[in-house]
Amino acid sequence: MTLAATSTPKDAADVRALLDAVTDPEIPVLTIGDLGILRDVRVDDAGAVTVVITPTYTGCPAMSAIELAIRDRLLEAGCEAVRVETVLSPAWTTDWMSAEGRRKLEAYGIAPPADGAGEGRGALFAADPTVRCPHCGSQETEKVSEFGSTACKALYRCRACAEPFDYFKCI
Amino acid sequence: MNETELMDQPAANAPALDAGTQAIFVDYLLHLGDNGLILGQRLGEWCGHGPVLEEDIAMTNIALDLIGQARMLLTRAGEIEGAGRDEDALAYTRDALAFRNLLLVEQPNGDFALTMVRQFLFSAWSYELYRRLTASTDPGLAAIAAKAVKEAAYHRRHSGEWLIRLGDGTAESKRRAQDALDDLWIFTDEMFEAQPGDAALAAAGLIPEPSSLRPDWEAMVERVLAEATLTRPDPGFRREGGRTGRHSEYLGHILSELQFLQRAYPGAQW
Ligand SMILES: [Zn+2]
Repeated sequence: MTLAATSTPKDAADVRALLDAVTDPEIPVLTIGDLGILRDVRVDDAGAVTVVITPTYTGCPAMSAIELAIRDRLLEAGCEAVRVETVLSPAWTTDWMSAEGRRKLEAYGIAPPADGAGEGRGALFAADPTVRCPHCGSQETEKVSEFGSTACKALYRCRACAEPFDYFKCI
Repeated sequence: MNETELMDQPAANAPALDAGTQAIFVDYLLHLGDNGLILGQRLGEWCGHGPVLEEDIAMTNIALDLIGQARMLLTRAGEIEGAGRDEDALAYTRDALAFRNLLLVEQPNGDFALTMVRQFLFSAWSYELYRRLTASTDPGLAAIAAKAVKEAAYHRRHSGEWLIRLGDGTAESKRRAQDALDDLWIFTDEMFEAQPGDAALAAAGLIPEPSSLRPDWEAMVERVLAEATLTRPDPGFRREGGRTGRHSEYLGHILSELQFLQRAYPGAQW
């Protein structure tokens, strides 16, 4: 690690740049910024840093790990006072995932959330969105289960290449 | 759990309530939190025993959502109560008589059909409830509800699709789904039954009247039962009492597992 050269962050932009190294422990290609769970960064006149995050799902087990990672990263970079605040409102939505995040997710083998499902998300009699296979690009895919390896993903299968894959479902 | 502050909003944003209403509201928050905690614990019993791997994973994911909601709701109950009880104290050190969950959620898992019927009857109700609670005059509860309603939508969808698949499936799956529905139907009235304090909470804009959820719940249940070719049981004998602490024999057994560690080693942390 070549952290020695890093200078102590002076403003919110410096802090955000440092937090680009903090990723979701369950989807390590996504930063907390990509996911849209980093809601605000404030640095006061004395240099004390407040980072505001929001959980994806209420039971997301990664939240404490993410909070620790934020704290470690900023203390390592020389910040002396770091406060991580968790807010629930407004409720996180997959709409907050960045375009860059969606690209990284697909390259990693997870289909990104479909656009524009709107209010019908998760509705019982709503049609499933068209999900593109992250392996071969085919849209001939089918849902295997509403719940995949984590709460935020559904399990799909591609009819073209026969591979199973995770889909990051819209909420 | 102790290390993480789930909601850093202090009780400062709590609505101004007189002492009587505040105590009733705490009881109501325990009702919501206990529903999630006990049903989450029940679903967790399926871990490693699901009929297929995908459903094993689905049931434990739903359990995780429900326990996540319970943590936030019990935390909020403790904040409003202001007596220093956190989520752990409320989950691990109350006796069965102090639990406020619906009788429905403490019923044994039975077979997979019964677990799915229980989940659907509950999720169709909790979806309607949380949708309305997003407008609660308690900003803490409104924020939790805004998250919970999104999760409840997926739980309702998952269990509703299974009801249709089982009911409109083989003779065996249909028989099991119908038996489960007949067994659990007696617990559904309790979801719409008002307790004496509910009118005051509704008047303060904290909660909806329990009976107001019934038409939307009925419409969803009727639609799914029709698709599933299942028969709505006759109204008849009904069971209630969970919200006043009069539970079935099952709750004590659930708590003996859920609370064992904190009872044996009070205050243990890791
Ligand atoms: Zn494919």
